[in-house]
Amino acid sequence: MQWFEYARPGTVGEAVRLLSEHGEKACVLAGGTDILVQLRGGFRTAEWVIDVKEIPALDEIAWDEASGLTIGAAAPCYRIYENEDVKKHYPGLIDAASLIGGTQIQGRASLGGNLCNAAPSADAVPIMIALEASCCIAGPNGERTVAVEDFCTAPGKNVLAAGELLVSLHFPAPKANSGAHYLRFIPRNEMDIAVAGAGVSVVLANGNFASARVALASVAPTPLFVKQAGDALAGQPVNDESIQRAADIAKQAAKPIDDMRGTVRYRKHLCEVLTRRALHVAVERARRNN
Amino acid sequence: MSEQSYEPNMVLSTKEFDVVGKRPLRHDGVDKVTGRAIYGADVSMAGLMHGAVLRSPHAHARIKSIDTSKAEAHPEVRAVVTSTDFVDPGDKTVDLGEGLTRLAYIRNNVLARDKVLYRGHAVAAVAAASLHDALEALELIEVEYDLLPPVLTAPDAMKEDAPLLHENLRMMEFGRPTDKVSNVSDHFRHEKGDIEQGFAEADLIVEREFDTSTVHQGYIEPHNTTALWNNDDRIHIWTSTQGPFTIRDTTAAILDKPVSQVRVTPTEIGGGFGGKIPVYIDPVAALLSKKSGHPVKIVMSRAEVLEGTGPTPGSHLKIKMGVKSDGTMMAAQAWLAYEAGAYPGAMVVPGGMCVFAAYDIPNVTIDGYDVVVNKPSTAAYRAPGATNAAFATESVVNEIAEKLGIDPLDLRLKNASKEGTRRADGPKFPRIGCVEVIEAMKNHPHYSAPLDGPNRGRGVAIGFWFNAGLPSACNIAVNPDGTITLVEGSPDIGGTRTSVAMQAAEVLGLPAEKVSPSVVDTDSVGFTAVTGGSRVTFSTGLAAIEAARDVRDQMIRRAARIWGVEEDGVDFEKGVFHLKNGTENRMTFSELAEQIATTGDPIVGRAGVNPPGVGGSFSGNIADVEVDPETGKVTILRFTAFQDAGKAIHPSYVEGQMQGGSVQGIGWALNEEYFMNAEGKMMNSSLLDYRMPTSLDLPMIDTVIIEVANPGHPFGARGVGEANIVPPPAALANAINNAVDVAMNRLPMNPVAVMEAIWGKNGATD
Ligand SMILES: Cc1cc2nc3c(=O)[nH]c(=O)nc-3n(C[C@H](O)[C@H](O)[C@H](O)COP(=O)(O)OP(=O)(O)OC[C@H]3O[C@@H](n4cnc5c(N)ncnc54)[C@H](O)[C@@H]3O)c2cc1C
Repeated sequence: MQWFEYARPGTVGEAVRLLSEHGEKACVLAGGTDILVQLRGGFRTAEWVIDVKEIPALDEIAWDEASGLTIGAAAPCYRIYENEDVKKHYPGLIDAASLIGGTQIQGRASLGGNLCNAAPSADAVPIMIALEASCCIAGPNGERTVAVEDFCTAPGKNVLAAGELLVSLHFPAPKANSGAHYLRFIPRNEMDIAVAGAGVSVVLANGNFASARVALASVAPTPLFVKQAGDALAGQPVNDESIQRAADIAKQAAKPIDDMRGTVRYRKHLCEVLTRRALHVAVERARRNN
Repeated sequence: MSEQSYEPNMVLSTKEFDVVGKRPLRHDGVDKVTGRAIYGADVSMAGLMHGAVLRSPHAHARIKSIDTSKAEAHPEVRAVVTSTDFVDPGDKTVDLGEGLTRLAYIRNNVLARDKVLYRGHAVAAVAAASLHDALEALELIEVEYDLLPPVLTAPDAMKEDAPLLHENLRMMEFGRPTDKVSNVSDHFRHEKGDIEQGFAEADLIVEREFDTSTVHQGYIEPHNTTALWNNDDRIHIWTSTQGPFTIRDTTAAILDKPVSQVRVTPTEIGGGFGGKIPVYIDPVAALLSKKSGHPVKIVMSRAEVLEGTGPTPGSHLKIKMGVKSDGTMMAAQAWLAYEAGAYPGAMVVPGGMCVFAAYDIPNVTIDGYDVVVNKPSTAAYRAPGATNAAFATESVVNEIAEKLGIDPLDLRLKNASKEGTRRADGPKFPRIGCVEVIEAMKNHPHYSAPLDGPNRGRGVAIGFWFNAGLPSACNIAVNPDGTITLVEGSPDIGGTRTSVAMQAAEVLGLPAEKVSPSVVDTDSVGFTAVTGGSRVTFSTGLAAIEAARDVRDQMIRRAARIWGVEEDGVDFEKGVFHLKNGTENRMTFSELAEQIATTGDPIVGRAGVNPPGVGGSFSGNIADVEVDPETGKVTILRFTAFQDAGKAIHPSYVEGQMQGGSVQGIGWALNEEYFMNAEGKMMNSSLLDYRMPTSLDLPMIDTVIIEVANPGHPFGARGVGEANIVPPPAALANAINNAVDVAMNRLPMNPVAVMEAIWGKNGATD
């Protein structure tokens, strides 16, 4: 680990200025549970570490019935899963926020960090995609919005340009009769990286699926939005057959690799199992939500 | 015994004592729970420099050159060392407690000389003012390598055309040197009876092959050392070790110094399990200290621990057993190939001693192969070699029970080893508790409890470890306040300060709290072998008993002098001295202790022992699992561990050993492995990816302590630290088999492996 300069800007403007000034030599620090490990391990180097936790917009959690939920990019997981509004309206998000790492990690780890780190295995990303979340990005040329499913571009890479900062994540207000769930598979019961994961959301209407979204973790170079799987459910009756069909589409869409966490065949198989199981839970939740 | 009603964590006790068998608080407890105990990483002193080690990125390569000049020019660097700083040991051999070993192997493992033999092999080291500077300087060292093809498994390394790790390694065969240059350093055979005849008389023969992965002991505290090479050429080392005298002797041999010039202070130890016996960084820190003139401290990272220290061997095993249709075992054959890692010494010898130890079989052949591969040089791990072997044997025994329709515990009882049974490797068993352990399993309510629900199964297995004796020393001084100070040389890993102190307390009729035990450095106590082989409670305990008896006899003489009688006129019972002639004269231990200073010389007891009466320990598990048939994930629902402790000196610590050994066995069974890529790089060298079980992965582990007294110990104690890790993989394989009907012949039985087995059974293709 090399020596670095540390800055703690208090505003988005100040952070953007520092990031623009130092460019490649700077990195953002939110909870630090990815970046500190990478700096210490020598997988990444930085001359400037810009701590964004003190910026109010990156730390807020705000819910509004009309516009939905905004979560500051650096707000730690424990504040997300202890928030009454999130608990009530976005239980699917709680699934992810409460399984990242363990209690200590959850005291620091943020959704923004999870997304910006752009790991294929990031546990919060599939459910954010399923919940149609979008990213609010600030940069030297002002603000822009990017859908979460378009944010990651390759392992460890994202759409942020030099000087840009992820400010917050926005979740539309949940529709009536909707439900979501994130299900991850790990060999242990905690402290592990997803072998595969499935984040799903469904909206029900008159015993049918009105719409659905499915996204997968750890089975492609980026978190994978499987639009076809959700589309296949739209207008279909809620039953084992339709769910199975969507699960099979998810399995076909997965493009995993063989590594120490699993084989291609096993991971594709898990995509089917996890998507199916997650859809059943999401349907249950949607039924309770009417 | 069959009428026994079981409770959680119970002791099936056969003999009671005053102190032994009770559960006093441990003497080091407060320091440990308040964080005051001094571990190696806490050691600090004036002028301390920080060392760091450069490690090979390649699994197999010739070192062409090492250029350290840029590192030496770094302003904060105080010293750089490579293997050329060591004296060349030539062909010298040393006996460091495990038979003769070539000193060059040990030395070259500490710092590679001509070749690197595994990724993580130490190549050079630096001492600098801060750790950051040291790490930075490592990057300035330029090493040129000629890459060689790595060979990573025993079967591959045994092939005729396999790349050779050591061009001068000649195979030993049946105890004699041969001319064959090979990766097989040793092939041994144990034979008993007539194996052909035995199989010919069998009604059922089962033959299976098994593989087990390389696994690490996973002690939570990484290796660390601080060394000071003083101006008078005396070397003082503070380190986390299971064997301070082993560190002393090995370091002295590597540095070519007399042992009296090296003093080793063992700090508190955060786990070892056999992995903290070998020497890695101590001589390196000593050399850095010599060159820099400062004390130098080295603390390994977790990746260094996993990649650069000794795990326990992966193995390939074949087991063939023949039985009569009534279950009588007629013949058993084992073929064991264990991966030694970079240098010879794969723990296959103890594997061969244990593979059929639980059974009285008339015809046995055991072939063992010690095979070098491009992985870290292996070390002991809790009953080293026995878990691999038992996974294979016990799986075959379970299959035989199923095929014959015999209860698996009845099959074991029918063939169980007893007093007088001769093992194929020679020794005849003294009194052992194999039968009693199996009976306790059979009688336990767990064994007959209903196991309802789909995809659930129950498994059983037993295990054996022979345990060690070896030398121990102990001194006891009597204090005027009626307490005693006990000095020993065995690092306390599992509560042995207390279990040793309790044995002295029992002899002197004192409560355990009146003993103050300390583990001291190598200059302050007589030679004491490693904390290993489950020997401390037994051997160092015996030394404490002998030293306490020495105190008792001196105290009797003192009482006799005070009372003006002959020595044999004084009796000692339950902490009270009294006259035999019936008069009222009596003195408690404290009353007499108070008078020592005014009535003669100080009283100091001492003992050095090398006891023969070692008692082996048998263990067993009943395990219930549920398998998710769609993911292959195994959840352990219930787990009961049984073990013969001879006499549980402190039952809580015996339970701790049984639970800890079970947990390690479970980790080995289900998820732990060195996941190597084709180039020999360990891909999972962190505790995130080297998956040891966490508390959420385990059920509460219930224990049953069986006490079949060891005749070789005054209180009947047997070592209990190891046999408990032996049965879990086989018991879990059996449970998985009963749950989803798949035979698991390979460790780890992780979700992918179980799923593949399920697919294989269903003939699934996709
Ligand atoms: C022990 C342990 C267990 C873990 N377990 C899990 C797990 O189960 N599941 C899982 O998904 N992850 C896990 N992680 C990884 C990590 O905790 C998560 O990815 C976490 O969400 C990262 O958030 P953070 O706030 O700590 O990010 P940081 O480490 O602060 O940042 C991560 C990356 O994002 C960048 N970044 C952060 N915020 C911004 C921003 N606002 N704008 C632009 N760039 C930004 C940083 O520069 C860095 O590159 C684990 C990590 C550890 C150490």
